[in-house]
Amino acid sequence: MTAWSRRDFIALVLGAPVAAACRGRGPSLPDGELRNPGKAVGHRLWRDPTTPTSVRKPDEWRTAEVVVVGGGASGLAAGWWLGRRGVTDLAVLELDDVVGGTSQAGSGGGFEYPWGAHYVVAPQAHQRHLIELLAELGGMDGNDVDGAPMVAEALRCRAPEERVFYRGRWYEGLYPAAGATADDRTQLAAFERAIDGWVGWRDDGGRRAFTLPTSQASRADEVTQLDRLTMAAWLDARGLTSPRLRWLVDYACRDDYGLTAVDTSAWAGLGYFAARRARPGAEAQPVVTWPGGNGALIAHLAAQLGPRIQRGVAVTRVAAVDDRVEIIGHQGDRVIGWRARRAIVATPLHVARHVVVGLGDRAQPTIDRGAWAVANLHLRARPRERAGDAAPAWDNVLHDSASLGYVVATHQTGLTTAAVAQGRDQGPTVITWYYPFTGPAADARRELDGASRADWAAAALADLTRAHADLPRLVTRVDVTYWGHGMARPRPGAVFDPALANLRAPVGPIHLAGTDLSGLALFEEALDHGVVAADQVVAALAVPA
Amino acid sequence: MTSAAPVEPPGPPAPAGAGGAPEVVAAEPRRPRVRPELLLYLNVLVVASCGLVYELLAGTMGSYLLGDSVTQFSLVIGLYLSAMGVGAWLSRHVEGNLARRFVDVELAVALIGGMSAPVLFIAFGQVDNFQLVLLGFVFVIGALVGLELPLLMRLLEAQVAFKDLVSRVLTFDYLGALAAALVFPLVLVPRLGLVRTSLVIGLGNAAVGLWGTWILAAQLRRPAGARVRAGVVIAILVAGLAYADRFTSWAEDRMYADDVVYATTSSYQRIVVTRSRAGFQLFLNGNLQFASADEYRYHEALVHPAMASAAVAGHPPRRVLILGGGDGLALREVLAHPDVEQVTLVDLDPAMTRLARTFPALVTLNRQSMNDPRVQVINDDAMVWLEGAPGGWDVVLVDFPDPNTLALGKLYSRRFYQLLATRVTPDAAVAVQATSPLFARRSYWCVIETMRAAGWHVQPYQVAVPSFGVWGFALAMRHEFAPPRAAPALPLRFLDDTALAAMFQFAADMKPVPVEVNQLDNQILVRYYEDEWRRWQ
Repeated sequence: MTAWSRRDFIALVLGAPVAAACRGRGPSLPDGELRNPGKAVGHRLWRDPTTPTSVRKPDEWRTAEVVVVGGGASGLAAGWWLGRRGVTDLAVLELDDVVGGTSQAGSGGGFEYPWGAHYVVAPQAHQRHLIELLAELGGMDGNDVDGAPMVAEALRCRAPEERVFYRGRWYEGLYPAAGATADDRTQLAAFERAIDGWVGWRDDGGRRAFTLPTSQASRADEVTQLDRLTMAAWLDARGLTSPRLRWLVDYACRDDYGLTAVDTSAWAGLGYFAARRARPGAEAQPVVTWPGGNGALIAHLAAQLGPRIQRGVAVTRVAAVDDRVEIIGHQGDRVIGWRARRAIVATPLHVARHVVVGLGDRAQPTIDRGAWAVANLHLRARPRERAGDAAPAWDNVLHDSASLGYVVATHQTGLTTAAVAQGRDQGPTVITWYYPFTGPAADARRELDGASRADWAAAALADLTRAHADLPRLVTRVDVTYWGHGMARPRPGAVFDPALANLRAPVGPIHLAGTDLSGLALFEEALDHGVVAADQVVAALAVPA
Repeated sequence: MTSAAPVEPPGPPAPAGAGGAPEVVAAEPRRPRVRPELLLYLNVLVVASCGLVYELLAGTMGSYLLGDSVTQFSLVIGLYLSAMGVGAWLSRHVEGNLARRFVDVELAVALIGGMSAPVLFIAFGQVDNFQLVLLGFVFVIGALVGLELPLLMRLLEAQVAFKDLVSRVLTFDYLGALAAALVFPLVLVPRLGLVRTSLVIGLGNAAVGLWGTWILAAQLRRPAGARVRAGVVIAILVAGLAYADRFTSWAEDRMYADDVVYATTSSYQRIVVTRSRAGFQLFLNGNLQFASADEYRYHEALVHPAMASAAVAGHPPRRVLILGGGDGLALREVLAHPDVEQVTLVDLDPAMTRLARTFPALVTLNRQSMNDPRVQVINDDAMVWLEGAPGGWDVVLVDFPDPNTLALGKLYSRRFYQLLATRVTPDAAVAVQATSPLFARRSYWCVIETMRAAGWHVQPYQVAVPSFGVWGFALAMRHEFAPPRAAPALPLRFLDDTALAAMFQFAADMKPVPVEVNQLDNQILVRYYEDEWRRWQ
């Protein structure tokens, strides 16, 4: 690409001012690679006219009691829970060479760093399975004086958790309080009161309006109608126009969902704030994170499953045949068939629709999947910090950017070569830059899918250099992952879509478990669907065939 | 460079009025003989002052860094004078363009003398035989200064009678020495510090050299070339001044009440040693770590109660872990216990542990503890090391800098103390330096409560250390215990049974206050600490 189109690209993803600011900088970028997990195989199979209905006869047949299709968070969670419940004759088939899907971690240069999802919210008492999972990781520390489960100190995000770069300075926290007017503060308080109102709200059955996972939330009209309007409309209706507050809410929507508040379901937008509070007035539940983000959870789940995971298997057909399931997969040049009593399909819905025979007969939900770019920047040293600015945090957000800023891979280990007495961590590190494309998915496919590693690396550097002028001198490597079909985005109607609810019931011996079933993509949802599908399978297996 | 240099030295500015002009013109013919001569005498004054300052600098650095000031000053003065003799003797071999040689010698003195202090400071941390490097500098500078006067006298001999020449040159020489002897201790070192003094004096020499290119322009074949060389030397020295902050900042030289005798910036911190009449002091990032005059109170209090408690509960401690304490002083106290078989000292900063092994005054103070065969020194972050560390420690002494930053606050977190609990024997005793219960009361009790939250049984205690004030510690074990009653049977200067009992008493103004537990995700201790110490600053 020429320098001109590079600048056009930066203008496209980050806006003209950022592109203008990086004029004159040559194309000399550090090394790195572009990763497109699953794209090549996925697209080839999608275009291949022989799949899924007319497949080659398998070279080999295998049997397993249960086959899990998809080794992302929900598939691994299903496999893990099946194992916990005594089902060990199972195969987990993953398209990619690495498991974890959008929760995968990378490693290099002595560091682990996330390639996607990078935290979970510390579980509340009702999140039994997440508590069990964290306990297996040594991450639970009993209960506090009120009986609420406590995540071990070592796993909670260390202070300072977040800071925001606003008008040339870093401020502690996410809300840019500096220069806020009385009206800004009044509106923030009004918003907080509204959230607290929902935190304390219960339906007739005692259910909360917003929970993680979403399946535990109330289905009362009062709640579900929030899914019919946008977050922006909800704010408008309450006269909440403060730019600072709007920015905070918008950031929350982009951060968790990859959409702006204008496009996000109000239920999802409010849930970001309300689901994390244990009770009205309480602080948000702590954030639980690891150097490799949720890759640590994936690594643990995968370790429990061991050789039952088979990588590089592209499943092309899952069909019920006489109370059994036949699964056809391509592994290299070989075609392998599995016969199983039950199958759990934990893939994105657009893949499931393609491979599960008969699924297309059901009413289809509209899943809008957003594109994301994630860049891992290897730094030889920490960027210089200005005296008086908020200290480097785990999550470092740029106020005036379409990106989400960056998280620091070494924040939780912190001190490998740290300047303890100097008062700050120092030495090499890896920072992970997140960019959600908040526009229509079709635009992303048209405009972003062809972008090169260098384009993304240049965009990440142009973005972050605004806050860290010395960054270009410190970067030694920039790797990029482009998630073309990143994750489900909760536009209005997505979360309480009746078609989604319908897909949660098994199709004969085939159970769906992908995160898409929630209409939004969070690890808590993946775990929930994996566990629910596993429980359904265990119950079904208990009934003699 | 092709622009012609003025052959004649510039005259004094012409009077503003018109009337005097004819006289000035009339005086013209005499000037080339008289003015250079006078100026060269002034040169002698400057050269002599500068030479003596280099000698004093070398002597001071020798006694600061290597101790034993009588030996150091004797060696330096003796060698310097004899080197001047060598230079004077060598001057007879200098032939050819004397003016040019003089300017070159002047610039060499400027460069080598001017850079002497910064180079020696760097060398101290890098080379094994520092004494040799120091004396090498003294010899070279002395020899060059020794060349200067003979050359100057030969330059002037054609114009001045010999008896006048000797008399004037030596007069200015000795006057210069007096000026230097007065200015060095009274103005230069207190105002500029050693490194800047060296560079500024080097600039003085370089200025003389540059000035000489005009005075002696008639005798220099290519004055422009000499000026370029002088410009390069001046640029180097000015750059040195700009970088002098790396050694000691202006602010720093003023901040410390006493002379800065050693300063370095390691990857982790600023290490400064100062010397006063009462001994020497170590500062990390401007915070006093110890003063040699009263550190025994601090270190005896840190070490012996834990050693005694472990011995009472189980057996005399054999395996001891020290976290922090890179000065080797706590180690000295530990090694006084004959039953100790193994000590591991974990300090982040190799520059600090190296200083404790090599800085003569510190080596004397810590009784070479860092070189004891029972000791293993590890340079790593204590928390990271502890995660992968072996267990089985009978005593752990935790001596970190005060929790004034987030990075240090982590080393006072509940998580840290939980981790520590998994690495000790059942009857182990732990002592933790916990800042001042008087100046930072909430901080102190926060450390105590945080340790309790991590499952430790804690006995708080405090001691008065004059350079610090009242200082607090936590003595902790995995099970209930009473404060030790008997001080160890060692020749200690401070700790006896009475002092030991008194340490566990707290006056009303230091008694417990309600505090939160310090955790990695709240870092409350750093906030307490900042709030409390701000009030005393």
